[in-house]
Amino acid sequence: MFAGVGLDEALAFTPAEWTAVLLSLRVASVGALASLPFGVAVAWLLARRRFPGKSVLNAAVHLPLVLPPVVTGWLLLIGFGRQGVFGRFFEQAFGLVFAFRWTGAALAAAVMGFPLMVRAIRLSIEAVDGKLEEAAGTLGAPAWYVFATITLPLAAPGILAGLILGFAKSIGEFGATITFVANIPGQTQTLATSIYSSTQDPAGEPTTWRLTGVAIVIAVAALLASEALAARISRRESGE
Amino acid sequence: MIEIAVRHRLGAFAIEADIRASGRILAISGPSGAGKTTLLNMISGLLRPAEGRIAVDGVVFLDTATGLDMPTRLRSIGYVFQEPRLFPHMSVAGNLRYGARFARKDSRLVGFDEVVALLGVTHLLARPPARLSGGEKQRVAIGRALLSSPRALLLDEPLTAIDSARRRDILGLIEQLRDAFAIPMIFVSHQAGEVERLANDIAVLNQGRLLEMRAGSSAGLPGGAAM
Repeated sequence: MFAGVGLDEALAFTPAEWTAVLLSLRVASVGALASLPFGVAVAWLLARRRFPGKSVLNAAVHLPLVLPPVVTGWLLLIGFGRQGVFGRFFEQAFGLVFAFRWTGAALAAAVMGFPLMVRAIRLSIEAVDGKLEEAAGTLGAPAWYVFATITLPLAAPGILAGLILGFAKSIGEFGATITFVANIPGQTQTLATSIYSSTQDPAGEPTTWRLTGVAIVIAVAALLASEALAARISRRESGE
Repeated sequence: MIEIAVRHRLGAFAIEADIRASGRILAISGPSGAGKTTLLNMISGLLRPAEGRIAVDGVVFLDTATGLDMPTRLRSIGYVFQEPRLFPHMSVAGNLRYGARFARKDSRLVGFDEVVALLGVTHLLARPPARLSGGEKQRVAIGRALLSSPRALLLDEPLTAIDSARRRDILGLIEQLRDAFAIPMIFVSHQAGEVERLANDIAVLNQGRLLEMRAGSSAGLPGGAAM
């Protein structure tokens, strides 16, 4: 069917392939969910606050988007490796090791997906009418309550879209991941890195096809979901 | 007693006004751009004047001479904005109850059922704001402000967004509020005639300056001038 691979073979995932797919899903969901609170906080700062160094923060958030991923991965290795300042801190404080573990892949995924996530959330917070927040303030609500009951629910579709985009970006993350945590089957070999391995192997073509199919399905599903959410936001805005 | 003495500059627009009113309902009228809404924003704390003193019934909200500037949420001002600003993701009941959580416990002004009945919104409680008419939205906004147990009620052009048939309803409602609750009201309108009947005092503003203070037709009525 595809380049000499039949349908049966196209769907015959080996255990190693399943492992890579499931690991990717785990890495991407943990990365996206764990970075979400930070994403919302940073997006809110960028959308609603004026402070010195705002443009620096904005640039720092977008840096992983423009830096070569291999550079981001290497910087993560320096900072979050077992000898790195942050790596040592997390190991001592929480027993959390990043280097050459799936947790490191999740960290790389979170960092690489962060710009897209923040961008989507920031836009959705900016779209929340500040006059509603003002009105809530005149009714006696403290700032945190206004955020929790007005800003957050009205920005929710955008926040969800940001989560999905961060997740989708993480699924395909390659450069930073392979630099930071290498490509260890069962441990750090994700969808993207195992496609890379299978392309290096003359007998790996069926694997490449199957994993490519999975990658396309996940990417398309994520884009459709985030489009649907965007449509919902504009519907709600025109409805008011 | 309502005291508003402020001085402020907003780009090319300057506002300098000293308004003192002893009645319960103060109307601020004047052409658009006179600074009426700016004054309401200063009273509610949404805008801080460069200089001035604002006090309602002896509670000082702002006094730049002593550096006092009470945060908006502690001023307990029921602000009914020109556009209703209802929360679109909450039902009418959710909107009405929003401020009640923060109402000063010792000063609960009115009960939920009382306000709902007075405003005639009982049949609308479960609806989202998107499915209300302009007049209904305005009534819900007034109810939401009242249920926060405010020290004063600010109404910014409460009649402009409403067709003329419904105007009399809202005017009647404000009259009822005046008679039912001992709450100072500051009412902004670009048409002096509209507010004449309700107000105890009328402040006429033009280009950020107070042109004149005069008595409204309610000046001698019970409910007015009792402060």
